[in-house]
Amino acid sequence: MPVPDRTVAEVLDPAVPDPIDLGGLPTDLLVDCYRHMLTARLLDAEAVALQRQGVFPAYVSLLGQEAAQVGSAAALDRGTDFVFPTYREMAVALAFGVDMVGYLASHRALWHGGYYDPVRSRFGAVNAVVGGPVPHAVGWALGERLRGGPGCAIAYFGDGASSEGDVHEAMNMAGVFRTPVVFFCQNNQWALSVPNHRQIAGGSVAARAAGYGMPGVVVDGNDVAAVYRATREALDRARSGGGPTLVEARTYRLAPHSTSDDAGRYRDAEEERYWRGRDPLPRLAHALRSAGLVGPDFFEAAERDARGRVTRIREGVASAPEPPGTDMFDHVFREPTPELLRQRAAWCEEERP
Amino acid sequence: MTTSAPAARGERDGRADGAAPARPAVLTMQQAINRALAEALAEDPRTLVFGEDVGRLGGVFRVTDGLQRRFGEDRVFDTPLAESGIVGLAVGLAMNGWRPVPELQFDGFAYPAVDQIVNQVARMHYRTRGAAPMPVTLRVPSFGGIRAPEHHGESLEALFAHVPGLKVCAPSSPAEAHQLLLQSVRADDPVVYLEPKARYWERGPVPDDGPAPPVGTSRVVRPGRHATLVAWGAMVHRCLQVARLAAEDGVELEVVDLRWLKPIDADGLAASVARTRRAVVVHEAPLTAGLGAEVAALVQERAFRSLAAPVQRVTGFDVPYPAGPLEPKYLPTVDRVLLAVQRVLEF
Repeated sequence: MPVPDRTVAEVLDPAVPDPIDLGGLPTDLLVDCYRHMLTARLLDAEAVALQRQGVFPAYVSLLGQEAAQVGSAAALDRGTDFVFPTYREMAVALAFGVDMVGYLASHRALWHGGYYDPVRSRFGAVNAVVGGPVPHAVGWALGERLRGGPGCAIAYFGDGASSEGDVHEAMNMAGVFRTPVVFFCQNNQWALSVPNHRQIAGGSVAARAAGYGMPGVVVDGNDVAAVYRATREALDRARSGGGPTLVEARTYRLAPHSTSDDAGRYRDAEEERYWRGRDPLPRLAHALRSAGLVGPDFFEAAERDARGRVTRIREGVASAPEPPGTDMFDHVFREPTPELLRQRAAWCEEERP
Repeated sequence: MTTSAPAARGERDGRADGAAPARPAVLTMQQAINRALAEALAEDPRTLVFGEDVGRLGGVFRVTDGLQRRFGEDRVFDTPLAESGIVGLAVGLAMNGWRPVPELQFDGFAYPAVDQIVNQVARMHYRTRGAAPMPVTLRVPSFGGIRAPEHHGESLEALFAHVPGLKVCAPSSPAEAHQLLLQSVRADDPVVYLEPKARYWERGPVPDDGPAPPVGTSRVVRPGRHATLVAWGAMVHRCLQVARLAAEDGVELEVVDLRWLKPIDADGLAASVARTRRAVVVHEAPLTAGLGAEVAALVQERAFRSLAAPVQRVTGFDVPYPAGPLEPKYLPTVDRVLLAVQRVLEF
């Protein structure tokens, strides 16, 4: 059955207000968010450049999603919570304190999961099977509750992944077990080339929460303060035994799906222009400035700091060592099989100069 | 890691001549697995048992009977009916320090969970460079022979043995079931544990928990000198039937229970074929790209000069697992195995 294409005006929600309400949030939190968002923006551009220079085989830009990622990450407790990302959560990793050289090693294709330690970082490995990590978050949260720990899990996924069976199985299990988990959907409008109205029945991702016995919240994903509040509320509920929440952050992927993609083949420039007008970074900058929370030199200094950090990360990842070939044998098992050891030995013999 | 270590041979001999405790408990395989699960739950508070109907009901085969009562609803619990979610739950639990022992109720229901098993369980240790081990034992009532509906008689071993990062085993007797399950649960790598449901009600002695041969060790369950029959799960019993019949004609068949389908005991296979010079591999799964092909390849790689005949395969046919009346025609019969034995003897 053909689905009539909707107009851009229908797809976008004109009711979302542009000004950001910063009321009640601590200044240092907002300033940190701005710094992380700016750093992520610049690092994202560097990553695209590294792909163009042939250092990264491919990269998936998060351009435009900084508020959704940083605002949600800022609500997490870095000492107790655990993040289950997909592959576009670079700004979450940044704001959550993950070693970014190790993280970007996955995009340089040095090792699929990167070089950082996902368990100690409390930030799972990048996962291209986008629904896959969502039940992991439920399992982690169940385990946390069983041992009486204070932590919550947060599962990041997109509007595309919201169609995956695993996401539904996970949300239902979380509802049944009332696990301390937050399902954080970044609805960036496009699942690669497929728009929301061909991806999501029922009006929204958040609407599905009702069927799984949990609150579903839609939030302006380009408003970092709103994202922070919604995530914080969901985490507070989870931490106090109130069970899971589904947060749908409405945002927009300003870049193509990946550096291999051509978004011009499936969406028009007018829509991108519309969303560029609601860019989360200038919105936060404007709000900080008009609320008088930062001085006149703040933005210049913040950018100088961010550029310095981005340069260090770029240099670190560009010069990170390739893994030795033996690594491909050594991480398969805790206790390798005799056959694997035989193959390893044979490979080492062949490689010997 | 090697498979023909003296300890392993001692274990084989021990079972054959009764060196095990004088009066081991006699249990069905289903009871033996239940006992192993109880022992695993008791010895490590991080062990969790969960799946569909495993709690209050005690499992559709009663394998988890009484465990929830004994260990509580936190350690033994029912999940919603969602196999992929069950395995995904196990991944997250393992990442939070638990040792999950999920059950997938029937072999055919493992297919909805293949993504989590292959893309997640098997690769998490690798993806994270060892930071997130997956000490997950995935129990799957498997194989055919009970005239069950469709999707209740599948053989998954070739599928999962092919996946890097997984280990796979299948017990053939109550004693094996007990020992292999404890070994799987204690392993820090993920193990797919395939229970031959056709043998659930077969009784046998189950020695107390004790030292086990290393992971990947096969067992000679009946020594012989004219040909080797290689099997696992319920087909070990079929091969023993064949060996008894052949013995009436003076043909002494050695029966090797592979036990571990990954890693496969290549040394054990080669040692047996060095004695008998002939091998027939028997499995329930379809022939093409089945594990019998791997066994045949290993035997010719390791024992080519010992072989007096090409390795024969007696397997299910390359058809979907059939319904009740056709089941006995599909599964390797005594006659088909005997015919293959004849072929290797007369080659």
